[in-house]
Amino acid sequence: MTVLQGTTTLTVRKALYEAMAESMRADPRVFLMGEEVAQYQGAYKISQGMLEEFGPKRVIDTPISEYGFAGIGVGAAFHGLYPIVEFMSFNFAMQAIDHIINSAAKTLYMSGGTITCPIVFRGPNGAAARVAAQHSQCYASWFAHCPGLRVVAPYDAHSAKGLLKAAIADPNPVIFLENEMLYGKSFPVYETDQPMSLDKAIIQRQGRDVTVVAFSLMVEVALQAAEVLDEEGIDVEVVDLCILRPWDQETILKSVHKTHRLVTLEEGWPVCGIGSEIIAHVTDHRFDDLDAPPVRVTGLDVPMSYAANHERMSVPCVQQVVQAIRSVMGRG
Amino acid sequence: MTLPESLSESLSELGAESEMQAHPSPSVASNLSIQDMKNMLAQMWIIRRFEEKCGEIYTAGKIAGFCHLCIGQEAISVGASQAMGPKDTMITAYRSHGHALARGLTPFQVMAELMGKEGGSSKGKGGSMHLFHTERLFYGGHGIVGAQTALGTGLAFAHQYRNDGGVCMTFLGDGASNQGQFFESMNMASLWNLPILYIIENNGYSMGTAVSRACSGGPLYQRGMPFGIPGSLVKGDDVLHLYDVFTTMLETIRTTSRPMLLEIDTYRFKGHSMSDPGKYRTRKELDEARSSRDPLFILSNYLKERGESDEDLAQFDHQAKDITEHAFAMADAAPEPSTTSLWEDILR
Repeated sequence: MTVLQGTTTLTVRKALYEAMAESMRADPRVFLMGEEVAQYQGAYKISQGMLEEFGPKRVIDTPISEYGFAGIGVGAAFHGLYPIVEFMSFNFAMQAIDHIINSAAKTLYMSGGTITCPIVFRGPNGAAARVAAQHSQCYASWFAHCPGLRVVAPYDAHSAKGLLKAAIADPNPVIFLENEMLYGKSFPVYETDQPMSLDKAIIQRQGRDVTVVAFSLMVEVALQAAEVLDEEGIDVEVVDLCILRPWDQETILKSVHKTHRLVTLEEGWPVCGIGSEIIAHVTDHRFDDLDAPPVRVTGLDVPMSYAANHERMSVPCVQQVVQAIRSVMGRG
Repeated sequence: MTLPESLSESLSELGAESEMQAHPSPSVASNLSIQDMKNMLAQMWIIRRFEEKCGEIYTAGKIAGFCHLCIGQEAISVGASQAMGPKDTMITAYRSHGHALARGLTPFQVMAELMGKEGGSSKGKGGSMHLFHTERLFYGGHGIVGAQTALGTGLAFAHQYRNDGGVCMTFLGDGASNQGQFFESMNMASLWNLPILYIIENNGYSMGTAVSRACSGGPLYQRGMPFGIPGSLVKGDDVLHLYDVFTTMLETIRTTSRPMLLEIDTYRFKGHSMSDPGKYRTRKELDEARSSRDPLFILSNYLKERGESDEDLAQFDHQAKDITEHAFAMADAAPEPSTTSLWEDILR
């Protein structure tokens, strides 16, 4: 990566805005549609100012019709446009999952490669704060399961911007999972002269004793756990998976080859989760590298409760990750 | 040229007179030369014989899975394709062989696809329900009932966004007209003034469920009314009249950039799919339809009245049989797709 102009600091919210605005300035085929994206300026203010700059033809308020407007986006993508479809929450994308899977993900294959679908479905995913089960869930493994999709879940502002720009330019359907808790957080963003890759994990912290693989908000939890363990003399490597499909097997295998220990961390439920997939792959391919059984840290296997104490119990916290790392280090 | 009575069949019997008056213009068919009409007859014969061959070889195990034939409904795809302009797009559901052939996929490409062979239009990976022809703006070929209504509305969105003057012809069945996304799509098409013609091919049954048991409220052509989308009803047996109606409606949509809806009263002579025992309708009903509603018979009769000989017209049938047999022989001899192609076309 060539750094052109040093560093600026952006919130994830602003980084996502810049990714969309820069893409729309560069390519007239790119447009944004979704609920409240235009006049309301975005339910989470990601698209603030976009209606004013790009006008109602390219920043389009939809009715509350996720199934319908997801399908309209896919049809527009079939015919040469580059839609960005915002879901106010990925929970509402369940209304549209037929078009995401059956229409967007499968048509290139079913048409023998003749119909492409360059579309981005983006919006907040994962546990939010005190909104109960129907508004608080991680869908990462649902989408990562499906061939024909790319699935992206960035952590910091730099990857939020770089990966969203890459997702918009990509000729495939991309699920872009954001996290509401990260929107207001600030990170350094580097100006670069080349697009970010949609198939590379990012090593957020180098370490030699144990590999922790996380994505989205859980990267922050992993980094905090690493700081705690640093004081105990445990050197944690934190890998930000950020691309959940097709995921970067090489980087994970290399890291485990170095550290010999693996912990996976995600907000989602444990059954058939991202951690299950990573651990299965590592044990299939590098079983001999492992000095201890890998450990998954996940959300609890329950729908999200409204009660504050239940909610805290349901999502992985720093202390759980610290415990998991200690246990794979034999210090549990 | 004025159309004979049989071709400008009164819509009043269908109870849609007032809705129809604004749209069809009997003079439009004068665009068609006798040669055009003969070409349309030839196409309909190819679709008819192709579909019959599909039925035959399906029974012999050469085609697998789902296979939905359009025998009796040929006039719709042929009339629509003939009326389409160079920028217009077409999309339909899974009863798509006729639409694909009318849009110009070769009988071999379609047959090889149905047989899961190399050379199929989707390299053998889509099958009967997933036929596409992007050069001729045919966008499939979709297996989820009603999904094509939103996808077609998206194609119309792209026409408007690109300002290319195109209109999307979106076909659906009476069954799909009950899907929620059809109503969501019409709502947005009307809100955003999208150039789209929704065409309900009402063949009376969604699989085995008669329209009267599935659709409440008024007739299907009125389903756009809450959204300010005007609807019309037309019989689907007369290809020249359908061509008229399509041409007029496409031009109206091009001019107004407003969505419209057309219900076509049609009838499938075969089952919903190859596995349909047909217990939901009587032999008498089927026989009556076959004798009075055959679009090939209706167009042939018209051409005879215009002086074409029986022998000349019979040639189209003979040619269609030959073309179909040749396509089948080639597809039967073609290899299965390569094992490596299993892993291709997942991501671009």
